[in-house]
Amino acid sequence: MTATATVLHGPTVALFSRKKIISFSVPLIIIIYFVYIFVSFDIAGIGDRINVNNARTLVADAYSFKTHVTQDNRTGEFSVAIEGERKGEYLSGTAPGWVTLGDRPVVDLGKGHIITFGPNVSYDIPGYGTIVATPGKRGVNATFPPGELPNYISASKNRVTVNTDAGRLTITRNRTEVFKYTYGWELFFFTLDSPYHGLGVWQLVNRAANGEAAAIFHDVWTNRMWRHGDVAWAMYETLLMAFLGTFGAALVALPLGFLAAKNFTPLRSIRFASRRVFDFLRGVDGLIWTIVLSRAFGPGPLTGALAILMTDTGSFGKMFSEALENVDDKQVEGVTSTGAKPLQRYRFGVIPQITPVLISQVLYYLESNTRSATIIGAITGGGIGLMLTQAIGTQKDWEEVTYYIVLIIIMVMGMDTFSGWLRRKLIKGEDDGR
Amino acid sequence: MVESSKIVRPVQGIKDSYLAQARAKRLMNLILLVVFIVMLVSGFNTADQRNAGGFWAGLPNILDFPADVIGEAIARRHLLPGYMVKYFPSLLETVNIAAASTLLGAMLGLVLSLVITRGLAPVPWLIIPVRRVLDILRAIPEIVVALVLIFLLGGGPVPAMIAIALHTVGALGKLFSEVNENASLKPVEGLESVGASWGQRMWLGVIPQVAPNYLSYALLRFEINIRASAILGFVGAGGIGYDLRNTISWGQGKFDEAAAIFLLLFLTIVAVDQISSMFRHRLTNGQPSAKVML
Repeated sequence: MTATATVLHGPTVALFSRKKIISFSVPLIIIIYFVYIFVSFDIAGIGDRINVNNARTLVADAYSFKTHVTQDNRTGEFSVAIEGERKGEYLSGTAPGWVTLGDRPVVDLGKGHIITFGPNVSYDIPGYGTIVATPGKRGVNATFPPGELPNYISASKNRVTVNTDAGRLTITRNRTEVFKYTYGWELFFFTLDSPYHGLGVWQLVNRAANGEAAAIFHDVWTNRMWRHGDVAWAMYETLLMAFLGTFGAALVALPLGFLAAKNFTPLRSIRFASRRVFDFLRGVDGLIWTIVLSRAFGPGPLTGALAILMTDTGSFGKMFSEALENVDDKQVEGVTSTGAKPLQRYRFGVIPQITPVLISQVLYYLESNTRSATIIGAITGGGIGLMLTQAIGTQKDWEEVTYYIVLIIIMVMGMDTFSGWLRRKLIKGEDDGR
Repeated sequence: MVESSKIVRPVQGIKDSYLAQARAKRLMNLILLVVFIVMLVSGFNTADQRNAGGFWAGLPNILDFPADVIGEAIARRHLLPGYMVKYFPSLLETVNIAAASTLLGAMLGLVLSLVITRGLAPVPWLIIPVRRVLDILRAIPEIVVALVLIFLLGGGPVPAMIAIALHTVGALGKLFSEVNENASLKPVEGLESVGASWGQRMWLGVIPQVAPNYLSYALLRFEINIRASAILGFVGAGGIGYDLRNTISWGQGKFDEAAAIFLLLFLTIVAVDQISSMFRHRLTNGQPSAKVML
């Protein structure tokens, strides 16, 4: 008894002290590593680099839009355009409800903020007074209520900017411009040139019932602001890349998997060679495949699909060969005993055993490749990934960026649900079918 | 006589219906196969049409670019070691992005995985909402977060690190919680009976049981994150991917530097894959930890 205790005592103490060292040193190493990262990534400098203005634009743009009301001070030309874009311009003679057209157009920004256009521009700010400006060749010529200028007004000889909660007025010698911010995504269904713009849901349903459904759909589909048709195509392209890449890879990898499996290929050299091919295909990452393939095939969904196919052939080949090595020989022997030829032995002895494994792996990859296809699309120029990078590149269409992000999330989660459903369905069918 | 024919008929009936069933099933499988092949071929054709260059036109040129790169690399092979030294810091940055984001993601994922595991969760009504958050984090491709953050923070490794870490939280949170479900609750109950807090119960009761599985999943994630980090570099987030894009854009005659980067990236990915799969193998099957019976 005592002898056993002494024998056990030494190792136990040693083990405890080792565990003690590990449990203190691992957190310490992690902390040291993070300190190193903190220094080498210059995280302390983030505060200086962060662009607060960009952040503000991004957040504001994601849930609101601005309408530009512009007057050319030399010609007197007057226009109203959403986001200041040509495709969002109101036709001449039309304007949103808060703009009263006429010789001297009046813009009502709400809460009593009234701006009157014309040769003299005036802005009536409640609680402060009226600013009057006569922009001309010699400057803006603005007059302000007596007293010191509040800090939301900046004024110089050639430029006056008034930035209130209701909107923003900029007057220069050549231009007078008002921005009004409104919640929502502008012109999401119909652009201003569509006859259906501004109609309520019930009116639209009525019109659709009266045979205009195709025209309504056409106007939404070809919406120039949001390009719903192009977006749908891009999503389809992304899904197509994932689908072709995943299943193409599975088809290529299945025969190669037999070559790399110990129990099907007795020749060591062939096994070795096919395994190195898999390692190579996987090691040359999707990024490199994308670059190489886009040189030959140009940008587009095919290049993306082939890049996914190349990488995943490596992954699938490895997994399939491992699954094949775990195949139970008894089933194959049973099939052989009935006089089956080699091909029949594979078909009825091997394939039924590995299909559940293959299907679940392939479907798992299908979901993850939907995400990869978005990323590869951004590099190779196809699908929703490309539209996203383009929208981010303009640095102003953040509502579109938000829209695309939402669509991508829905697409990937939908694919996840779908592949899970298919996996359960197919594998269950496999079990009670054979 | 009458008896035997009576028996034969049901057997015959069973055989017929079995064959009919088998035929129907085979037909169904055939139809599914045909549909699948049609989808694959037509999908391929659509992709081919929407691609800038066609598949059959491009196929003969597929080796041109690799041949250029390899040719130039061989012609100026004496320069390659120098380039490798030159681009080593970028490679280190890429690996650091992957490592830091895996660590951050694993730590946060660990905490969240305990929060969403039934039986261990401190606040049961939080399980569903946190799971949905993890689903969303997993669904967002890294590039989306990275590009938005690049706009806000400028280029560099930090946007990539945050983007990959967020995705890692989603992925590992889910995997870890599946691991947690297999943990025995006895140590947790034991600790609870002596008045341990939730944190202590998790730290001392659950984590030691499943740490090897955590580590194995985290290593697998590290392999994936190295690739992600290289790709994000390519869209402007620093590291070796960024250098790769620059060197490729220099065009023909200057591909030797690109070749060096290709080689560095390839070797790194293969090395990390091999080392990590070796460790994972040891964690899952081999080497039972030295046991002392008390």
